[in-house]
Formats: sequence, C-alpha cells, structure tokens
Amino acid sequence: MSAAVAERMRWRPTVAGRRRSGRLFLLLCYAATAVGILALVVLLADTLIKGAPGLSWQFLTSYPSRFAERSGLLAALVGTFYVAVIVVAVAFPIGIASAVWLEEYVSPGPLRRILETNIGNLAGVPSIIYGMLGLAVFVRALSLQRSLLAGGLTIAILVLPIVIINAQEALRAVPSGLRHASFALGATRWETIRHHVLPAALPGILTGTILALSRAIGEAAPIILISSIAFIAFLPDSLLDSFTILPIQIFIWVSKPQAAFHAIAASAIIVLLVMLLTMNAVAIVLRDRARRGVGW
Amino acid sequence: MNTVLLAAAAVSVLTTFGIVLVLVFETFEFFRVVPFFDFVLGTEWAPLFEPKHFGVLPLVGGTLLVAGIAGLIAMPLGLVIAIYLAEYAGVRTRSIVKPFLEVLAGIPTVVFGYFALTFVTPNLLQPLIPGTDVFNAAAAGIVVGLMVLPLVATISEDAMAAVPRSLREGAFALGATDLEVAVRVVVPAALSGIAASFILAISRAIGETMAVAIAAGSTPVLTLDPTRSIQTMTGYIAQVSLGDTPQQSLEFRTIFAVGMTLFVMTLALNVVSQLFVRRFRNVYQ
Repeated sequence: MSAAVAERMRWRPTVAGRRRSGRLFLLLCYAATAVGILALVVLLADTLIKGAPGLSWQFLTSYPSRFAERSGLLAALVGTFYVAVIVVAVAFPIGIASAVWLEEYVSPGPLRRILETNIGNLAGVPSIIYGMLGLAVFVRALSLQRSLLAGGLTIAILVLPIVIINAQEALRAVPSGLRHASFALGATRWETIRHHVLPAALPGILTGTILALSRAIGEAAPIILISSIAFIAFLPDSLLDSFTILPIQIFIWVSKPQAAFHAIAASAIIVLLVMLLTMNAVAIVLRDRARRGVGW
Repeated sequence: MNTVLLAAAAVSVLTTFGIVLVLVFETFEFFRVVPFFDFVLGTEWAPLFEPKHFGVLPLVGGTLLVAGIAGLIAMPLGLVIAIYLAEYAGVRTRSIVKPFLEVLAGIPTVVFGYFALTFVTPNLLQPLIPGTDVFNAAAAGIVVGLMVLPLVATISEDAMAAVPRSLREGAFALGATDLEVAVRVVVPAALSGIAASFILAISRAIGETMAVAIAAGSTPVLTLDPTRSIQTMTGYIAQVSLGDTPQQSLEFRTIFAVGMTLFVMTLALNVVSQLFVRRFRNVYQ
C-alpha cells in the first residue's frame, strides 16, 4: 500500500467536523458578498459626501472654467445628450434590424454561427480600440474632424453588438407558435415580423436598448481619441462642432491636481450616476411589466 | 426588406474589418521604421523622448500587473459569491444581492478611476503601506477587480445553475454536506464555465482604460511592485491621444502598434473563453 493511499485512509473527518467546515464556508460566503456590497456602498457614499455640496443649479448651467467653483456641466450635459441622440438614431435601427435578420431570416448554420461569433468578439473588443477606429474612419477618412458626429458614430458602433445581442434575446423569447399561427393565416415573413413578432418582443428590445444606452453614456475611453478635449466653453451649433461629454469632463477634473476640482468631479459623478440609475430603473420596470403582462 | 436587414447585419462585419484594417495598416507603417523585435522584446519604452526606445514590454508588464491584481480580487470573491448565490442563497437574498451586482456592473469606469485615486490610495493603501505612490498599480488593480467582479459572479453562477439537480441529489444521497456538494460536485461540474468567466474578467481588465489612465500613473517601468506608478497599454494610448503629438508622426503611430498588441491579447483571451463556454454548454444538454 503506497504512502498516499495510507494517508488518505487515515483521513476520517467526523460528521461534526464536516458540518463545521460547512458553517465556516457559509461565513466565507457572507464575507465575500459583504465585501462586494460594501465596496459599492463606500464608493457611492464617498462620492455623495464629497460631491453633494457642489451640486447647484449654477453647476448644471455653467461652462467649465479655470476656477473650480465657477465650473459647470452645461457643455458636457448637452454633448452627452446629443451623443445619446446619435446613438439612438444610428445604433438602434441597425442593431434591431441585424437582430431580426439573424433571428428570423438566416437559418441556423455556418453563416449564422460566423456572424454571431463576430458580434460576440466585437462586444469583447476594448472600447479604446473603437476610438482608434473612429479616429481613422470618421475623423480622418470621412473628414468629420473631431466633431460631435464623429464621436456619436464611434459610440454607436461601440454599443451596436450589445444592442444586437439584447434584441436577439428578446426575439428569441417570442414563442414560435405566434409565428406559425401568423404564417398559417397566410402572412408573409415580413408581415409576421412587423405585426406579431416585433410588437411582442418590443418591451424586451426596449429594455436591452436602454441598458445599451446607459453603457453609451458612461463610456469615455473612445472619446479621448475623438474629442479635442480642450476647453469647451460653448454649445455645439451643428453636428460638426467640437464637443465634450460628461465622463470626459469628469476625467479632466479628476486629472487635475487641485482638490477643488476633485470635489466638482464628485458632483459631476453624482449627476452621471443619477442619469444612469434612472435609466436602469426604467429598464427594470419595463422588463418586469413585460414579464407580468404577457401570458405565454 | 431582406436586403435592408442584410445591410444592417453587414455593419458588424464591416466594423470588424475596419478595426483589423486600421490596426494592421498603421502597425505596418510603424514596423517599417521600428524593427519588430525591438518592439516585442524591448524592455524600455520612451517613444516621446530622445533617445527613443520602442520596447513594449514595460507597458505589457504594467497591464498584466494591474490585470493580475484585479484577478486576485475578482476571481476568489466572484467565485465565492457565485457559489453562495447558486447553492445557498434563498430567493430573498438573491433579490437583494443581484441588483447590487447589476449596479456595480453598470458604474462607468471613469467613476472607478476617481474612487481609486481619491479614496483607495489615500485612505486604504497609503496608511497600510507607507510610501505608496499617489499613482500606483495596486489602487487601479483593486478597482478594476471590483469592476469585473459582477462578470465573474454572474457567469460562474449561470454555469453552476446549469449543473443538473440530479448530480446534487446523488451527492446528498451519499451523505455529502452542503459544502461538499458545492465544492466537490457543482464547482467541478461547472468548471469550464467558471474558467470562461475568469478568462473574460482578465480580458476586460487588460482592455480597461479610464480607471488605469486616472489611477495607475504614466511611468512605463517593468516592475512587480504594486505600490509604484506604472503605465498600462491603454493608459499610454490615452496619454498620447490627450497630448499634442502630431498625428502623422511615428510617435503617434506607436498608439496603433500598442493598440494592435492590446487587440491581439484580448481577442485571444476572448476566443479561449468562448471555447470554454461552448464546452460547458455541450456537456449538459
């Protein structure tokens, strides 16, 4: 008998001992979960304590300034709004159309697998790489310069895979019986999609797109390559004007050495988080309502 | 209608081609001036100063240091949380913990950078380890770890949820305790999904930009000391983009060569992770 086997035979834990390690592990579970939750609570509390005093109407309606106490978010808020509009106008139609095509038109097979793998890989590409794509294609090749349009299109391309994946999931949740019934009544494929599948999938698609939009609004890395970052003390007049967005403004203020700028960065973070949490809450409510409302 | 939808689906394919073409073209131009092996094997990175050095290893090292610290935080914590959610927690606990994870996952990375610089470094690291730099790899790694924690927890939990009940019931029938079922039956059965979540987390950590650009520093040095200021690949790209380097210069092209390195690393990790995911899907269906 080898030493290892002998060793293993000597290992006879009692039932009480095994139960005890079970309880210890449960404590470990509590601890790990608590650490995760605590980190989030500390992050939010710290930001709130440092940033809340700086929140005012003036802060929301002023341009950035060399002086922290006179700086405001106006340009960043307007820029973020326009970028969001461009993302909605570009990424959502393209994304939903792609999802419809993948789910309803292409039969499962190598083509669909390749396309879906491609979309999955795109979702995993670091966001700053999209900035490089935007810089080369939109800023330089299409001569959009460092404009709102170039930035908005870059973010739209960035969230496109997320929109597609979410919309596909929503379409997949529509039971195939609905499609078959429509076909049986003589509807064409497009009529079936237009009148039955899309309306049924709409709440799910909406939820997914809101989540994608909240990702778009918080994204800063690609815009570092696109926006001119300089002092933006005006509002964009057209799609071809330069711009700034909320997370970039936060980045600029955090990067300054003075504590006063860190404080207004915290105030700006509160504004950003309130926007994002509101959007997520809307998405969750929509999702729950859709789940409750549908009977299948 | 078919053509319109087809055109929409083609955008994703074009995006992939666009990314690859841009990176390959600019990187090719870069390598016409800088020898390939100087870049890949060089241990000094100083493209903006004379004498110029184009060794990418300090940036790769900085990136891996941050990603490693993030992994040390996110993997154990995420796995234990996943085991807890999948095997122990009741419906009510789940309904409390899951939203916290979702909110954590939704926080913009620039916010984590702020948190690292203004809270983690001065309030946690510097009291604990005196002499820690204002910008350091540890703070960046910790917040990136928190950032990818929900990813590890969610994917691992999904993998464990896919393990058939019968396996657990079999183990319980043989007299196993909760812990033994979780650790000796469920975790091994879900191992490929768990591995996928770990790899994906590392890939995310490598590609993360804002937190490291804010908190990790801009000193490209090859070090394992997490209290020092370092620079990651993404941090370097951000630094050059923010500066006034002329766009057609060799110095500016470096960001595409670094971006290519980043792209190849994350793509390789993502592909491996997908292979693992596919494996655990195939096992129990």
